[in-house]
Amino acid sequence: MSAPASDHGHAEPTSFTFTPENLELAKRIIAKYPAGKQASACMPLLDVAQRQHGGWLPRVAMDAVADLLGMPRIRVYEVATFYTMYNKNPVGRHHIQVCTTTPCWLRGSDDIVHTCKKKLGIEVGETTADGQFTLGEVECSGACVNAPVVQIGDDYYEDVAPEHMERILDALARGETPKPGSQTGRQSSEPVGGPTTLKAFTTAQADATAQADD
Amino acid sequence: MLRDEDRIFTNLYGYQDFGLDGARKRGDWDNTASFLANGREWIIEQVKESGLRGRGGAGFSTGMKWSFMPKNVTDKPVYLVINADEGEPGTCKDRDILRHDPHKLIEGCLIAGFAIGASACYIYIRGEFYNEGSNVQRAIDEAYAAGLIGKNACGTGYDYDVYIHRGAGAYICGEETALIESIEGKKGQPRNKPPFPAQAGLYSCPTTVNNVESIAVVPTILRRGASWFAGLGRPKNSGTKLFCISGHVNKPCNVEEEMGIPLKELIEKHAGGVRGGWDNLLGIIPGGSSVPVLPKSICDTVLMDFDSLREVQSGLGTAAVIVMDKSTDIVKAIARLSSFYAHESCGQCTPCREGTGWMSRVMQRMVTGNARMEEIDMLLQVTKQVEGHTICALGDAAAWPIQGLFRHFRPEVERRIQAYRNSAPLAAE
Repeated sequence: MSAPASDHGHAEPTSFTFTPENLELAKRIIAKYPAGKQASACMPLLDVAQRQHGGWLPRVAMDAVADLLGMPRIRVYEVATFYTMYNKNPVGRHHIQVCTTTPCWLRGSDDIVHTCKKKLGIEVGETTADGQFTLGEVECSGACVNAPVVQIGDDYYEDVAPEHMERILDALARGETPKPGSQTGRQSSEPVGGPTTLKAFTTAQADATAQADD
Repeated sequence: MLRDEDRIFTNLYGYQDFGLDGARKRGDWDNTASFLANGREWIIEQVKESGLRGRGGAGFSTGMKWSFMPKNVTDKPVYLVINADEGEPGTCKDRDILRHDPHKLIEGCLIAGFAIGASACYIYIRGEFYNEGSNVQRAIDEAYAAGLIGKNACGTGYDYDVYIHRGAGAYICGEETALIESIEGKKGQPRNKPPFPAQAGLYSCPTTVNNVESIAVVPTILRRGASWFAGLGRPKNSGTKLFCISGHVNKPCNVEEEMGIPLKELIEKHAGGVRGGWDNLLGIIPGGSSVPVLPKSICDTVLMDFDSLREVQSGLGTAAVIVMDKSTDIVKAIARLSSFYAHESCGQCTPCREGTGWMSRVMQRMVTGNARMEEIDMLLQVTKQVEGHTICALGDAAAWPIQGLFRHFRPEVERRIQAYRNSAPLAAE
């Protein structure tokens, strides 16, 4: 059978070794599952490997996970190719993932994709020549009341308008980390302008004895 | 409108500390041991009496589900699994529980785990929720350090572990048996049932899988009493519910409201109304992408609960309300969902694997009108051939939005097909 990855003409590394710290982390992860069920650690270890390897999983990293867990390599390839968060090809330093499913689309995600394409000079699925940005479209990110939503690395950028998107990309290009969350200043998922409920709970010090006494 | 004192998720918006100190101030972990002292049967009875129905979409009685677990298991461990793989388009309620009120979930995990005789709990969090999962992990660490979970949890003599398992991007893992496969380190492909998870679930051991919200409300139900929860909402549709209101409203938001609240009131009170006013409303998907869309005429009066929405051939689902005003290309909105399901089909069952792709391609043509009139009925017939003919409900979920579109907006599609034929008669043949 043909191995996964290496289908985009990129150079596949010939070896992968977990760092000592990540090997320790791997042991702690494996210990979360019952004895003999270490295959359960396959997904978290692929994540550890991907983070160690700059955001993508070469085949040798999948092999390292398989060997560590005593799993047939094909079982690990199956997992790595089934889930969308495992990148089988190199990605840029900043992985820009724009949600375009219906709730985000209704709030203008097409404009966000367009802004990214124009600003970065690449199409969806491509990486800039300098290796800084990869642009992707993803299915529902699960933050629909803060649409449009863009995931960059581990963070969600929410309530994103095209001008916010431009500012975010500029900041990333300068090496800064723009503030994640709502770009229009909302706390989180409350209505714009403040909650219609629970107004006594909108300060950090609010004492919730009414609830506690019940 | 629901009174604030009847709201369970008082830190829904995260203004306050999500950690143990903040949670205790909000009433969490208050004498949890006393509930466990009342015994498994008592807890299950209370939850049954409260009328709580699963908050993940299917709406099955939570107490009933727990009662299916074997009573005397000696040779195998028993597991509680929490479904935090929130990904139904429109839905983002569990995210707020995970990041802002994780102790409600963990306390619920302890109580529910005790009720079903579990030794451990795995919380399956979608991989994209990286920061949310980190908040839950911090809360778990705090609960261990305080002796609330782990060995001799809450001083009751009961040993109980709670772990996080992170997903990696697959909508299908929200299906309970696919989720179990995923924890076992496999592709997330649903299992045939029977056996049901209560008999053979995680690692072939008795397992209950519950949604985040279902479990997180349990401690408050026990504290305030089953009759309090049952007294909210309508018969068989009781309690409070987290609603997610997205799309063309002035103020999209999450809010906890009483079950059975009129859809119009929900939107006007909390979401600032429909953009351009209620009369500018075209249609609403009332319960996440899988349930059929409703036209304005039904939205005018329908109540937001399981049975009311079923009566109008839709569903409460996850209570994710996707609002579309008159500027919406309704065919494109539904076609986008068809492409979502085609992308997310796990590929195991032929009707779904082939059908979702086929339906999506035909829907794309319906958007421009590049179709023949008879293809509408052909498409509807295919949705019926997919629906009910697959291992899990993803096939149904792909079929229903299309059926809903043609139930209420068929003339719009016919108009497009006619317009396309008029403008390009040869291409349409």
